[in-house]
Amino acid sequence: MSEPQPLEPTPAPSYVSGGTADLVPADAEILQTGPRPGGRGPSGPDPSAVPEERARSLWSDAWHDLRRNPVFLVSGFVILFLVAIALWPAAITSGNPLDCDLARAQQGSRPGHPFGFNGQGCDVYTRTVYGARTSVTVGVCATLGVAVLGSVLGGLAGYFGGVGDSVLSRITDVFFAIPVVLGGLVLLSVVTSSTVWPVIGFMVLLGWPQISRIARGSVITARQNDYVQAARALGASHTRVLLRHITPNAIAPVIVVATIALGTYIALEATLSYLGVGLKPPSVSWGIDISAASPYIRNAPHALLWPSGALAVTVLAFIMLGDAVRDALDPKLR
Amino acid sequence: MGRYVARRLLQMAPVFVGATLLIFLMVNVMGDPVAGLCGERRCDPATAARLKQEFGLDQPVWRQYLTYMANVFTGDFGTAFNGQAVTELMATSFPVTFRLTIVAILFEIAVGVTLGVVTGLRRGRPVDTGALLVTLVVISVPTFVTGLLLQLLLGVEWGWIKPSVSPEAGFGELLVPGLVLASVSLAYVTRLTRTSIAENARADYVRTAVAKGLPRHRVIVRHLLRNSLIPVVTFIGADVGFLMGGAIVTERIFNIHGVGYQLYQGILRQSTQTVVGFVTVLVLVFLVANLLVDLLYAVLDPRIRYV
Amino acid sequence: MRGATHARPVRPVVCAMALALAATACGGGGSDGGGDTGAVLSSSWGDPPNPLEPANTNEVQGGKVLSMIFRGLKQYDPKTGEAEDMLAEKIETTDSTTYTITVEDGWTFSNGEKVTARSFVDAWNYGASLKNNQRNAYFFEYIDGYDKTHPADGGKQTADTLSGLRVTGDRTFTVKLKQKFSSFPDTLGYNAYAPLPRAFFDDHDAWLKKPVGNGPYRVESYTKGSQLSLRTWGAYPGEDKARNGGVDLKVYTDSNTAYTDLMAGNLDLVDDVPAAQLKNVRSDLGDRYINAPAGIIQTLAFPYYDQSWGKTGMEKVRQGLSRAINRVQITRTIFQNTRTPAVDWTSPVLGEEGGYRAGPCGDACVYDAAAAKKLIKEGGGLPGGQVKITYNADTGSHREWVDAVCNSINNALDDDNACVGNPIGTFADYRNRITDRKMTGPFRAGWQMDYPLIQNFLQPLYYTDASSNDGKWSSPEFDKLVDQANAENDAARAVEKFRQAEEVLRDQMAAIPLWYQNGSAGYSPRLSNVALNPFSVPVYDQIKVG
Repeated sequence: MSEPQPLEPTPAPSYVSGGTADLVPADAEILQTGPRPGGRGPSGPDPSAVPEERARSLWSDAWHDLRRNPVFLVSGFVILFLVAIALWPAAITSGNPLDCDLARAQQGSRPGHPFGFNGQGCDVYTRTVYGARTSVTVGVCATLGVAVLGSVLGGLAGYFGGVGDSVLSRITDVFFAIPVVLGGLVLLSVVTSSTVWPVIGFMVLLGWPQISRIARGSVITARQNDYVQAARALGASHTRVLLRHITPNAIAPVIVVATIALGTYIALEATLSYLGVGLKPPSVSWGIDISAASPYIRNAPHALLWPSGALAVTVLAFIMLGDAVRDALDPKLR
Repeated sequence: MGRYVARRLLQMAPVFVGATLLIFLMVNVMGDPVAGLCGERRCDPATAARLKQEFGLDQPVWRQYLTYMANVFTGDFGTAFNGQAVTELMATSFPVTFRLTIVAILFEIAVGVTLGVVTGLRRGRPVDTGALLVTLVVISVPTFVTGLLLQLLLGVEWGWIKPSVSPEAGFGELLVPGLVLASVSLAYVTRLTRTSIAENARADYVRTAVAKGLPRHRVIVRHLLRNSLIPVVTFIGADVGFLMGGAIVTERIFNIHGVGYQLYQGILRQSTQTVVGFVTVLVLVFLVANLLVDLLYAVLDPRIRYV
Repeated sequence: MRGATHARPVRPVVCAMALALAATACGGGGSDGGGDTGAVLSSSWGDPPNPLEPANTNEVQGGKVLSMIFRGLKQYDPKTGEAEDMLAEKIETTDSTTYTITVEDGWTFSNGEKVTARSFVDAWNYGASLKNNQRNAYFFEYIDGYDKTHPADGGKQTADTLSGLRVTGDRTFTVKLKQKFSSFPDTLGYNAYAPLPRAFFDDHDAWLKKPVGNGPYRVESYTKGSQLSLRTWGAYPGEDKARNGGVDLKVYTDSNTAYTDLMAGNLDLVDDVPAAQLKNVRSDLGDRYINAPAGIIQTLAFPYYDQSWGKTGMEKVRQGLSRAINRVQITRTIFQNTRTPAVDWTSPVLGEEGGYRAGPCGDACVYDAAAAKKLIKEGGGLPGGQVKITYNADTGSHREWVDAVCNSINNALDDDNACVGNPIGTFADYRNRITDRKMTGPFRAGWQMDYPLIQNFLQPLYYTDASSNDGKWSSPEFDKLVDQANAENDAARAVEKFRQAEEVLRDQMAAIPLWYQNGSAGYSPRLSNVALNPFSVPVYDQIKVG
């Protein structure tokens, strides 16, 4: 195991059997807080003692770290590239994604068509490039929506506990119970818009409980760290404690789940389209192409390989980015 | 603790009512299911009216719901359109799916957590990178393809397994489907564990434990892992419901007549009785799983207490 | 006549022998049904969506079972599709309205009960009675008294039995129709007309759990949702005795899994080879693959209630669309020749004598981009500049061919947006939109024949207000010719009239014919003598095992 090398005072041991602080996470009031002398926020000395101009140091420190992190630079570059082709697909392909001719169905690569053709005889390269717009938009927007909504609600519930937590937890229970297929058929079948926004809205609506659960769980853990207790005891406001102490300590699982979920949202878009309630034809997206090519994996694997590859690279970039951001936010790693 | 559990159990009542009402309304919004029963030919209006009456679809929605709930409390979940009692469908499909879910969860715990610990302790090393790549493949290749490939390779080419699962669906037959079902969740569990472990590996109590001269595996399991499991447990708890109700693709590929399949059929045929019945049971599973997760928090982190 | 993906005619089942009571009622037939004539084969099956009653089963999976456990008055020849007497000794008429039917002696249900005239009359009365909710009730609508047993919308049922049916002897009964219908006897091979034993009425629930009929197989056990085991009925009195020991029908939720099981040697027969595997089928199965014509046609129907499609002059646009579809390429590439480009509105399985001809559609069904453009322009262009082909996404993988059809139209018209697919999530929703007349453009229509008659391909689909005339197309000329054909006593002259009616369809391009669907099946090396009948159902009783 790697040796911990903290550069600055670290929080008191957070594993002490017997309970230094008795918390009631779920429904939950704090019964008894045990402020510990010497408790420290992750960003440095006890917050109430910190001069105001250092208040943003956590985030600026993180940015400072990130700029020198090769993982961040590489993933950031890939993401910028994806955004660029999503905005200007014509820059790297002259083809038309809707130009399909059955006479070329399932043919392999040839000059001018490096990725070959899919089952409908459309150029796989062109469709993969054009698919980036839809897929990246769906993936990023749905993930952002889910992450923000889920972590805010879950975080608040976990932090404050009490009735609000109970109500929210039960609401997530109800949402968990809605089968995606049913939700999609009901909510999306009435939509006539051919944009991606209804699909994204649907994913946020059904996806936030998952992140909310995770965020709540990790906020409950973070809340009883001694430095948090100390900050509260010293009169720091809830907002301050949440933003400066809880968030950096609780955000890691949210980032992990959200970055992986990005890939699954892109795939979910395909499922919805397959059910006839996702993007309306003739939309072009990786998900649609992956689900169309999947049954033909024995005959035309290339039609599956390229859009899947593009999806994998995208997910990789976001997972790496998430890792880098998380590391940068973790003061113990500095 | 006892009071806490009792309170949580009481809270299940409103969730139960809320979820069933919501699902009931959703299936209702989908429209008139009778048109789908007559094939490509239009149902003649007289028969359609009779069928509606038989299924109670001619009543206002609120009355349908009340009738339904009243029946549910007497153990009558209604009948599916093929004349089979919904309870009968449940009795055949839930045990199968339950076994499948257990297999999948065991995979998640055994493989996911182990991989997570190993990669978390060896961040940036080849084993970590390797696991990341495998994770990526799993995420970007749809379950559909993973399942089909495994089925084709193990079932046809090498003949290790039967490509389809028999109606009895014993644990042995469910190993491969369970792995396929668990695959995407495996990726989550691995990465969650890895991150948690990496974060906590630098904590003081770990250093203390190491300094005390505790054996390495004891430090990892008793101190490090135990403290790192909360996000993982949360995820797995939420995953139980997804695995039980959302195994549509896996169940199709391996011909498992489980909950995912019945639910999917019910939804496509717009059978309120089937869908609400199955979802009702799933909601109960969710509620119990969540309660267990919350209780586990206290086991994993003794500072967390319930009153 | 349900759509290819959904349904197919079925045939009724009869004596249920399940419970003690029923067993007594049915007599001593229980013990003689040994499966000792050979080995048992396994075959893929889908769970029937409706209860397994003869007049209630309107799709192919339930129909498959009914055709194994029942025999009706007529039986369609598995090769030619011709209706031949089975239980009927003779069916006589002088005026094409009143028929006297004599049941052959010696037939029994597998529980020992004799098949009599009453077995038929009771079954038909049951099927026609509104209170029994039988989905195939309309098959009895030509019989006198149907409006009393099955009143149209809102009416009260005033009779339990059809006044047109009369038992005149132990083995004879008469049927009085409300109008002339010369090919009525040939429709009697359909499942809905099967005889039913008393056990069906005496203990209905028990019968449903274990149906009893008079066919070459009897039901040994039935586990809903997973398996139906049929065994050869040793004492079967008919000539088409099963040549194997029985059939285990195993429920598969995905035809691809069944195919994989076939390759792995866990299944003997798959009668629905998934589209994605068609390309590999020769290398996987060699000559153990059948691709045989079936009485199924796929068309694009139009909403004639919609102003933009209903107005005169639009037939040019429809013809133009038809000429913009490259049927040859689509059937070859997407369907791997398991579909045949359509050249009329019926099916080749009817044969020349039955009314099929190669070519009534003529040039209008042949791809020609230039002609397509010209016709559409002459017709005033596509309404709104775009056609949306509506289909349901949940069954039958329609997406692929709809996309291919649209690409073909777009290429022919040099316009990326001339045609798009418009998927609907569920079949029920799709049917509701059709019933509620909410279609705004062409939509997919599939027709599987109930019985191999040209009448069955034309009248239910295009006659004014007919039960499956989903587009509400109406032509007095067409209706008149169909009426004349039905009144014709001579079969050949009737067919000629139907052909003339078909020409009206062509002139108006009432629906665009796409292709005829074949049945496809693959089987294991254990089996031989496997064939598909014109309904694309395997001829189980002829299969030899080992």
